[in-house]
Amino acid sequence: MDKVQNNKAWFLVLPVLVLVAFSAVIPLMTVVNYSVQDTFGNNVFFWEGLGWFQEVLTSERVHAALGRQLAFSGIILAIQIPLGIAIAICMPKRGFWASVCLVLMALPLLIPWNVVGTIWQILGRTDIGLVGYALDKVGISWNYARNPVHAWVTVVIMDVWHWTSLVALLAYAGLQSIPQAYYQAAKIDQASRWKVFRYIELPKMQGVLLIAILLRFMDSFMIYTEPFVVTGGGPGSATSFLSIDLVKMALGQFDLGPAAAFSIMYFLVILLVSWVFYTVMTNLDKAEGR
Amino acid sequence: MAVTSDTYTPATRSISFPKVQTRHVVMVLYLLFMLVPIYWLVKMSFQTNREILGGFTLWPQNPTLDNYRVILTDSSWYMGYVNSITYVVMNTVLSLAVALPAAYAFSRYRFLGDKHLFFWLLTNRMAPPAVFALPFFQLYSSVGLFDTHIAVALAHTLFNVPLAVWILEGFMRGVPKEIDETAYIDGYSFPRFFVKIFMPLIASGIGVAAFFCFMFSWVELLLSRTLTAVNAQPIASIMTRTVSASGLDWGVLCAAGVLTIIPGALVIYFVRNYIAKGFALGRV
Repeated sequence: MDKVQNNKAWFLVLPVLVLVAFSAVIPLMTVVNYSVQDTFGNNVFFWEGLGWFQEVLTSERVHAALGRQLAFSGIILAIQIPLGIAIAICMPKRGFWASVCLVLMALPLLIPWNVVGTIWQILGRTDIGLVGYALDKVGISWNYARNPVHAWVTVVIMDVWHWTSLVALLAYAGLQSIPQAYYQAAKIDQASRWKVFRYIELPKMQGVLLIAILLRFMDSFMIYTEPFVVTGGGPGSATSFLSIDLVKMALGQFDLGPAAAFSIMYFLVILLVSWVFYTVMTNLDKAEGR
Repeated sequence: MAVTSDTYTPATRSISFPKVQTRHVVMVLYLLFMLVPIYWLVKMSFQTNREILGGFTLWPQNPTLDNYRVILTDSSWYMGYVNSITYVVMNTVLSLAVALPAAYAFSRYRFLGDKHLFFWLLTNRMAPPAVFALPFFQLYSSVGLFDTHIAVALAHTLFNVPLAVWILEGFMRGVPKEIDETAYIDGYSFPRFFVKIFMPLIASGIGVAAFFCFMFSWVELLLSRTLTAVNAQPIASIMTRTVSASGLDWGVLCAAGVLTIIPGALVIYFVRNYIAKGFALGRV
């Protein structure tokens, strides 16, 4: 759609700008402020320069948290994206059962994150939880509170349960927009099911899949509540992802300087991914001729 | 979204039969995987704590509503729901009120810095709440808003306003510009046109945006927990505090969890075709 050049449109945007400036810019400036200063208490601050950034960049604790975070995001993307596509292909295309599937699949997406944590915390227990009890019966003494591997498996399965439907719903939306003529052409060419997927469905889903990957990467990259409720970041710090570690540092130990420097670098990563996301979105809009 | 596409059926019938079976099996298994954990929560909410800890059962032996009774009569529990709903509704109204004109501006006009502004909004949707927890705590403490509903409502605008702007912009682009022009020729002023003609046209978009603002504010824990203590404590935070206490009553905890799922479950049917669109910020 052709847009009209009109700088008066700023008046319509102004309320958003004021509100988001209050809830985003002021806090962010506070963070920047802390990241370059040190204090001995009593609100007396002095200039620290880039010291905190150096400390955070060389801190083994932060490196370990970043490593865990990347591993976690990588694992869940590797599971959720293929699984989501498979589910989308298996879903009924329309009618009553399509609605039933949509509603049931979307349920986990709408559950408060701490309740998601509670659900899996209970399920993994050997005394009262279905999964823990079943595993115990087959001879695996499941203990996500003590065993780091068990904790990881629990957190990963929880995230797969929580978010795979999002990937599936996005892929499903992509599949729905493929015109019937494509399938008919493939039928005439006697293309195999795999070829239909590879050469028709996958290219047509490319845009939505990129959105799905970026959304899942972003949201897993800032995951806090679910692992916090299930494992509290433990055992030890086995499941302390970036957000959990940051909250421990900022609100637990009140290490303002390092926490602020950590926050800023965290935010820069977010900025980078957001930019990729934005570019993908704009290109997608252009491709659709909107 | 086109609904005309049909199931792909392979060339020969002999192959098509087993294929259909596989899809059904996969779908049923996946839906079971989705539903069993929820069933478990619901099941435990109908059991007394003694029955839960007494022995492993697949369904409640003596279904009881005691857990729900505890929550609905104890003010330290049910006030959590009241607090959550209060700030969530405040946040939804606030987000939509500021997002509607802004989304209209983004969908209809080019103006100085529009692309940068739109991108900046996105970065706020993507921002980790953990980064903002401490500065928010200090900001709202210093202006005397700590432990009030409005503090949480304002804090949640951080990600909900960008979300609402993006979703609404996606819907508004679908409305032809000729409608705006005709209305102006007919002598409508901008506010009157916007409320009388434009808003009814994107009613479903407003509904979807409201639903997602409600949802994302409802499910959030970190900011709402950091910004409240007693008076505005949300249900999510009450639940996590109970977890750390000794002598935990699992039945009541599960009942509290089930009650938090209900608002989403009630409206999910109406938004089922927009869930993907909403999560993908109005694109798709």
